[in-house]
Amino acid sequence: MKALQKIKSRFVPLPMENIDTDQIIPARFLKATTRDGFGKNLFRDWRYEQDDSTKPKADFVLNQAIYAGEILVAGKNFGCGSSREHAAWSILDYGFYAVVSSFFADIFKNNALNNGVLPVTVSDAFLQKIFQQESSATLSIDVEKQTITIDATGKQESFELNPYKKTCLLNGYDDIDFLLSKKDTIEKFEKELI
Amino acid sequence: MGKTLFDKIWDQHVVEKIENGPSVLYIDKHFIHEVTSPQAFKGIEQRGLTLFRPKQTIATADHNVPTINQHLPIKDQLSKMQVDQLIENCGKHGVELYGLGHPYQGIVHVIGPELGITQPGMTIVCGDSHTSTHGAFGAIAFGIGTSEVEMVFASQCVLQTKPKTMRINIEGELQSGVVSKDIILYIIAKISASGATGYFVEYAGSTIRSLSMEARMTICNMSIEMGARGGMIAPDENTFNYMQGRAYAPKGIHWDDQLSVWKKLYSDADAIFDKELNIDAWSIQPMITYGTNPGLGMAINASIPLSDTILDEGERKNLIKALQYMGLEEGKSLIGMPIQHVFIGSCTNSRIEDLRQVAALVKGKKKHDSVKVMIVPGSQQVAKQAHAEGLDHIFAEAGFQIRQAGCSACLGMNDDKIPAGTYCISTSNRNFEGRQGAGARTLLASPLTAAAAAITGVVTDIREMMNEKL
Repeated sequence: MKALQKIKSRFVPLPMENIDTDQIIPARFLKATTRDGFGKNLFRDWRYEQDDSTKPKADFVLNQAIYAGEILVAGKNFGCGSSREHAAWSILDYGFYAVVSSFFADIFKNNALNNGVLPVTVSDAFLQKIFQQESSATLSIDVEKQTITIDATGKQESFELNPYKKTCLLNGYDDIDFLLSKKDTIEKFEKELI
Repeated sequence: MGKTLFDKIWDQHVVEKIENGPSVLYIDKHFIHEVTSPQAFKGIEQRGLTLFRPKQTIATADHNVPTINQHLPIKDQLSKMQVDQLIENCGKHGVELYGLGHPYQGIVHVIGPELGITQPGMTIVCGDSHTSTHGAFGAIAFGIGTSEVEMVFASQCVLQTKPKTMRINIEGELQSGVVSKDIILYIIAKISASGATGYFVEYAGSTIRSLSMEARMTICNMSIEMGARGGMIAPDENTFNYMQGRAYAPKGIHWDDQLSVWKKLYSDADAIFDKELNIDAWSIQPMITYGTNPGLGMAINASIPLSDTILDEGERKNLIKALQYMGLEEGKSLIGMPIQHVFIGSCTNSRIEDLRQVAALVKGKKKHDSVKVMIVPGSQQVAKQAHAEGLDHIFAEAGFQIRQAGCSACLGMNDDKIPAGTYCISTSNRNFEGRQGAGARTLLASPLTAAAAAITGVVTDIREMMNEKL
């Protein structure tokens, strides 16, 4: 996992609620056996006409040149639905390192963190303020300080991040390294359980 | 202070609590399938590891298997590659696989319970959000991502932050025509698709106690559709009777030992939940969804809400967008609306009782000419039992297509898809845009409601059909 400390970037707004994992990456694209290459199918059915990648839908944000950046900003309950980690992989592969919303579904949040994509939970009011910004506006996210700032106005909010997960993100550590270091404790636990 | 059922099982499985962080949670049983496991196997291999406890992982192929001609090679090359990869990975790493052609093959959340692998008091995970199904046995069961599948492979543990607890009490008798699918659709419509996010739910009360194990599984299965980490029900005589004699259930003296442990698995009378919800069973009617998340549901004889009565702007936009996709009008009732497809199956409603309910309703009748009906048993064992009871004959007579075990048209990953723009009454769990195939319009309902529509060709209040019978 790549370490993530700070992001300063423009953002792509997706002001819709309950964006589910079937929209993020439809099930028919889950047939790969590697983690790579999912970005091209991110939001596939919202992005293209008739499932044809040569026919982008002009009204969808990912197809609009005025929007770009490493941050995706979406309405509440982002990532609801299935546990497919492919959703997080497709977001990362597309080039987003953070998703901002006022509410995240549980499994998506875990999956994102396990792949170095930061879910930033902000208040409804702050989310609306972001949506009101010009498309050229930038956001700054500081993982260490746990803050997100709308650079044009200086308006800032802090967000929650589990201290353990924060250490992982800042250093690019993953949970498996941690769990492997606990093997003796786990074996001891198993003996006591029986 | 007493403990909740959830706390009892959780506390027993915490290997270590990380200061200011999640807990290292020990996993008793790990189910895997072809879609969310290949990257985890690859990850383990890249790290030069072997599976820590391969005997505690059980595999099946369900998501992208075809549901006809399963004896032939899979035609879709990508699906075939994934299924072949599962066979190779399981062989290499010593994991028991109930793959295509095995008498135990089926949807992972159907086979776990029917084989007696799922047991009270266990922690169970699978790279699939509907793992919550297994909670019906009084287990902590939840869906995980592929990185977590890899964690279980490597250490038989996952890192989890303890969720909050919610109890939903359902008391009283159910109206005729109302089944467990209606109960859970009612709850989700009431609290919304995100109403239980952050919580682990225990379903309790006299109504729940009166339900069969299969009916309980349907309820726990859809816990994720309101955002819950999982759902569970305290084990009781129904649970023990269901389990006894199943392939993996303890036998003889071990059964007696386990039984005494299982009987202690309940929430103490003075246990405190972070949230409680009380529901009067009699107020639940047969349900149907009209939108593109399972929270957009209503009593089948009700009308779709008017958008200008919804105060929250986000929710209002959501409804308008959903109705646009669904081609439905606000303020209208769905009763009498023609549908083109009926899908009876999925990890929510593909068990033998579901098939029996459908058979009882359609026996001697024919499906409507304008409707295509797919009925897909959840496992080879369900299919075998249905055949033994002659249910397949009833379905064939009614003009239903009987398919072989798999996830089928629940998720548009295999050949079973609903064509764009058409309506499908489905017993599955998600009505998301494109879930059953690009452009497909899904109306979630119970097996009874689905069967009624299969016969009439239109959205039908099952109670009217039952009255006609009398």
